[in-house]
Amino acid sequence: MRCNCYIPSGCAISGMMSESGERMDGNAIIKSIALMHDRSNGLGGGFAAYGIYPRRANQYAFHMMFDNMEAKEKCEEYFNGTFDVVLDEEMPTRPGAVFEEETSGRYPEYGTQPITKPPVLWRYFIDVPENKTKFVSEREYVVEKVMDINSNVDGAFVASSGKNMGAFKGVGYPEDIGVFYKLDEYKAYIWTSHGRFPTNTPGWWGGAHPFCLLDWSIVHNGEISSYGINKRYLEPFGYKLELRTDTEVVAYLFDLLVRRHKLPIELAVKALAAPFWKDIDKMPENERKIVTAIRQVYGGGLLNGPFSIILGHSRGMVGFNDRIKLRPMTCARKDDMLYMASEESAIREIAPDLDEVWSPRAGTAIVGELNEEVET
Amino acid sequence: MAMTIDCKGMYYRKLNKMIRNAVEEGETEFVLDNINGQRYIGNGINEKVKITINGVPGNDLAMFMNGPTLIVNANAQDTIANTMNAGEIIVHGSAGDVLGYGMRGGKLYIKGNVGYRTGIHMKEYKKQIPAIIAGGVAGDFCGEYMAGGILILLGLNKDDDTPIAGDYFGTGMHGGVIYVRGDVDESTLGKEVSVLELDKKDDKTLKKHLTEYCEHFGLNYDDVMRKPFVKLLPVSTRPYGNMYAY
Repeated sequence: MRCNCYIPSGCAISGMMSESGERMDGNAIIKSIALMHDRSNGLGGGFAAYGIYPRRANQYAFHMMFDNMEAKEKCEEYFNGTFDVVLDEEMPTRPGAVFEEETSGRYPEYGTQPITKPPVLWRYFIDVPENKTKFVSEREYVVEKVMDINSNVDGAFVASSGKNMGAFKGVGYPEDIGVFYKLDEYKAYIWTSHGRFPTNTPGWWGGAHPFCLLDWSIVHNGEISSYGINKRYLEPFGYKLELRTDTEVVAYLFDLLVRRHKLPIELAVKALAAPFWKDIDKMPENERKIVTAIRQVYGGGLLNGPFSIILGHSRGMVGFNDRIKLRPMTCARKDDMLYMASEESAIREIAPDLDEVWSPRAGTAIVGELNEEVET
Repeated sequence: MAMTIDCKGMYYRKLNKMIRNAVEEGETEFVLDNINGQRYIGNGINEKVKITINGVPGNDLAMFMNGPTLIVNANAQDTIANTMNAGEIIVHGSAGDVLGYGMRGGKLYIKGNVGYRTGIHMKEYKKQIPAIIAGGVAGDFCGEYMAGGILILLGLNKDDDTPIAGDYFGTGMHGGVIYVRGDVDESTLGKEVSVLELDKKDDKTLKKHLTEYCEHFGLNYDDVMRKPFVKLLPVSTRPYGNMYAY
């Protein structure tokens, strides 16, 4: 085990997407995040993957974490009558997993930190009974239940709740978490990943990134200093902030702004990482009116503090920074692939020859989208 | 004969230890192949060795570096030349954020663009004058809190719509000089700087640095000089002098 040694801090994020919808196994994303090993400290790692359950694409895939079997039983009682559980099974894992491939990101002489003591990890493929959606939409119903479980079912947490996607996260270094969850056996057209260096909040399994709701997933490097304001803004809309960490608000803000309020994603990013008033004053009239309205309406959604964030959803991947770029982000393209990471080397590790590499401007969304003809 | 190291899969501690040990034993030239993401290369080395880096080096390249010449045949990441004291870095690509943080000597030649906060807190003392020269454009907060040294932005190959530097250009600057090829949008400037014409002494300084720059990247000096330059100077050398005087 490492001890008494200098830990170069940071948090790491990396994401990759095939815009033509080609599904790739998890080896590449693990390799990419492993290169940035030193940006994490072993207290959290995780992945979001899209396109992993094509045969069950119409069901909500609930990735669950339970403190113990009692919590699992309680949660299953809750599911009973709430959802139609079509299939449930233990998450396939490799207990004691360690990433063993060659990487310059980590020093073998420091030893390894195998993934141990996981909570009970179970997944449920779920249909929403028709009689439940007379007065609310299906997705609204699922959101309500996710909030209810996280708040009211003791020891049960929803890691992800989208269709044909899932979160794989826990306490440990991200590359080991990836091996633990057997990500080499899944295929996805979008992979995002996170290595955690917790600063203000505890390192626990539910607190690892990504944070997910429906098909939204967020990985984040930085700190949401406006957490309190954002939390108070979200709560009256029914969101319950139970995961003891700041990043959670970002996932719920996208759900509110894009799913419920139907803003285009670029505009939602303008609400979260809003342009400064002095820059709004310089905009052409039409744009100025729109952005002014966005800032006025969504003041409580404005994210303050340093961040680089990758948002994942069923049809794309979006990266953006805080307005004065206090955290790193590099983007790259190669053929139909879009990459985003905290460091260029993390992209080069899996794609040495790139068509284009660039650093996005602060507060500007870089948007990857599945080509129109691709069905999900 | 240069010492060649295949750095594939090699952790930075091992690599940097190899380099430092070899420098101690008198080795003067290194070629690092298959570099990808190794941090701290060139840090704290006091000898005038030459290190060629093939691949993208990791963060904090050349921190506290005091003498070596680094040639990077790729892009470079964030925080190059933090508190660097002497030596040269030539990057045949673009560089990331926080370039030359508190740099106090030596030269940094970047072929492409530079990121946010380039030259932040750069300083000088008597003959010890650091220089950063970037061929492309810079991000926001360029020259922030600059206290000394020379920063040159060329904006070569940029289109007319791309500003040479981002917002808050020269904010808090109170020493040194920034030379800009072409125009500066004054609305992006920090309150602490003003735009001035060059004088003869400036012409001489520019000629010296740009001749070297052109040699490194095989550019034609006359082409670079075809567009006029302006300079940014701090309005006050002590902008905060009265802040606590009451």
